[in-house]
Amino acid sequence: MAEQQLEGIFIDVEIDDAIANDAEMAGKLEEVCPVDIFANEDGKLAVVRENLDECVLCNLCVEAAPPGGVVVKKLYDGTELRR
Amino acid sequence: MSILLTEDFTFIVQGITGREAVNLTRECLDYGSKIVGGVTPGRKGRDVHGVPVFDTVEQAVADHGSQIDGSVVTVPPAFTKDAVFEAIENGIKLIVVVTERIPRRDVAEMVELANLRGARIIGPNCLGIIAPGVGKMGGIGGPAKDAAKAYEPGAIGVMSRSGGMTTEISSTLTAAGLGVSTAVSIGGDAIIGSTYAELMPLFEADEQTEAIVIYTEPGGRMEAELVDWRTENDAKLPIVAFMAGKFMDDEEMQGMSFGHAGTIVEGAEDSATQKIARLQEAGIPVVERIDEIPGAVKDKLGAKV
Amino acid sequence: MRFYEFESRRIVERAGIPVTEYGFCKTAAEAREAAERIGGSTVIKSQVLTGGRMKAGGVKFADTPEEAEGHAEEILKLEIGGHMPVGVLVDPKAEVEQEYYAAVLWDGRAKRPMMLFSDMGGIDIEEVAEKHPDHVGRGHLSNLHPIPDFRAKEVVAAAGGLTGRELTRATPVLARLAQLQHDYDMTLAEINPLARLTDGSFVALDAHMEMEDEAVGRHQKMLGEIGVELEEPRELYEPSEFERNVKAIDEADHRGVIQGKDHGFTGNLGLVIGAGGGSLTLTDAVRSQGGKPANYAEIGGNPSVAKSCGLAKEVLQKDGVEKIAVMMSIVSNTRVDIVARGVIKACLELDKDPAETIAVFRIPGAWEEEGSKILGKYGIEFRDRSTSMWEAAGEAVERIQG
Repeated sequence: MAEQQLEGIFIDVEIDDAIANDAEMAGKLEEVCPVDIFANEDGKLAVVRENLDECVLCNLCVEAAPPGGVVVKKLYDGTELRR
Repeated sequence: MSILLTEDFTFIVQGITGREAVNLTRECLDYGSKIVGGVTPGRKGRDVHGVPVFDTVEQAVADHGSQIDGSVVTVPPAFTKDAVFEAIENGIKLIVVVTERIPRRDVAEMVELANLRGARIIGPNCLGIIAPGVGKMGGIGGPAKDAAKAYEPGAIGVMSRSGGMTTEISSTLTAAGLGVSTAVSIGGDAIIGSTYAELMPLFEADEQTEAIVIYTEPGGRMEAELVDWRTENDAKLPIVAFMAGKFMDDEEMQGMSFGHAGTIVEGAEDSATQKIARLQEAGIPVVERIDEIPGAVKDKLGAKV
Repeated sequence: MRFYEFESRRIVERAGIPVTEYGFCKTAAEAREAAERIGGSTVIKSQVLTGGRMKAGGVKFADTPEEAEGHAEEILKLEIGGHMPVGVLVDPKAEVEQEYYAAVLWDGRAKRPMMLFSDMGGIDIEEVAEKHPDHVGRGHLSNLHPIPDFRAKEVVAAAGGLTGRELTRATPVLARLAQLQHDYDMTLAEINPLARLTDGSFVALDAHMEMEDEAVGRHQKMLGEIGVELEEPRELYEPSEFERNVKAIDEADHRGVIQGKDHGFTGNLGLVIGAGGGSLTLTDAVRSQGGKPANYAEIGGNPSVAKSCGLAKEVLQKDGVEKIAVMMSIVSNTRVDIVARGVIKACLELDKDPAETIAVFRIPGAWEEEGSKILGKYGIEFRDRSTSMWEAAGEAVERIQG
């Protein structure tokens, strides 16, 4: 049986360029996400792809970022969480 | 009416700052329950969803200014006995113990103290009590909206050893237009505060309750105790039962044998098949499917008229 | 937690109950030394957790140390009930005048510990209680008050009218057994037989103790002192690979709880089910409608996608599993959409078509609308509470057989 580890098949996350290098935002998002989708890598905001599908749609990342900063995409129905 | 809970019933949550407790506090408040305080040692001064937190039950009672009726206890197993003792010794008469994996001895001590003080324990390892439209104590039924969907006020009393199945059964009754007077998740442990037989007098005395549904599983002798109670008392309420775990009677499933002497303490521990026979002989039908419960209840209610 | 006989002996000895000059031996040579020390005839007993030792040839009598060594050699290689012995117990062959029965265990109905004593020991206590009830004394203990000796005395005195030195010597044994049951959270504390030897002394010839699993954590010190290694499994049967794998997945992630059992299950329909009562109900419903479960499972609390996926993958990889039925009683705490993601992912990661592989998905409750959307995207019909548990099970059985 072929076995593989799939990532981000249900949820994806889009980061606006404006906050991609914002160290403070990176720190904030890392702290606020309950399933560790965001990581602060030396001041750069990184997405931990293996945790994407654990997203609980809490909206805390969307609210912590400036409007349009973070968009959460529900790949199964094409809708988004954004502000 | 309902049993155990009333509209003015006040209670506290012990261990209120824990994750599970924070959730059920929100749910119970949204449902309209009167949570008047919470207790987590060392956290006095905080609040959880607006509910003040105290270090001791004594402080919570003093703050309330009069006797508090109940407590939902969610503290970890190593500390549960102490928390329940604290509640009892501060005059609390109804204690729902949510915590699981408490050593039996601790539970037995809690129960004995409760008996001495005229208090009642529900659980442990349970989801609590809900009297639809009146109040909810514990996580039973989930968020208020979900609980309202599954639990319509009505005439059937429900007692279940499984928290989840309390809601499944109640939802089935609700969908059939029957509704629930009070549902009690009595807990899954070997020793519990209130068995079916111990709660029956409350249901019998409740004008709103016209029939009872029980959910049970292999293990223990609560069914025999219930049958004995009905024989010895003026039992009026018809009862319908559902037994889960019948597959455990199979030979291949026997992984756990019960010690010899255990059988003479409690009488031969009944297999699922024996329990079913015992209940049926006592006039308590045991349905095969959850979705057959409303029909069986209606038959019993119809027979009464 | 079950104890080996030699461990139970150590436990009762520590509690001040007289035991024999026994020796616990891991080799035939040690058995010989023990027999020499004891002197005279000895009994060599296999130390396994399963019963039926006598019948399987795991209990032998020896008149000399050489014989003892020989028997030990054989018994140490003898598998009983699927278990190899961890050693042998060498006991003196006692000169017994009379055998008694003593036990303290939980009376669930009374919610108190109960003492049992009989002057007809050595045989099946159930039978004695039935045929000779006046030879069995019983008495309950308070959970709150200290254990008084007089209660033990009353119970012994009620067993066949024991009096005189028999009474005064047996009483402390029962009292100490009651204290031990209390102090160490024993679900069973049994001595059968308790023997009165020709010199009038009382000795525990065999002891059987079981400690409540939930309490093991608070008795580390005592367990360490009697030599119990907590990591070794004490189940009556070896957990299967499936069971071990599911346990590992559960322990690696604190989000939610999963359990999987397959002892005695050999079917083709994998069950990814919950919660506790729901699992029992659904397993019955599948079997009653002619289905053949490949396993039993319990999903509880709020598991992560990874945990739900992990369970589903383990079930799907079992020999002979063709499809899985994903079913639960109405959930308040578990998220339907998270479980949906988990089981779909499990199929995809194993290169299986989710719509073909998932024979039914019936989980009504929290986040069910979201769950339904996810399932819909993968061609799986969502069954809500209007489909009963029985009907959902039936649907799964039909799909796998049809």
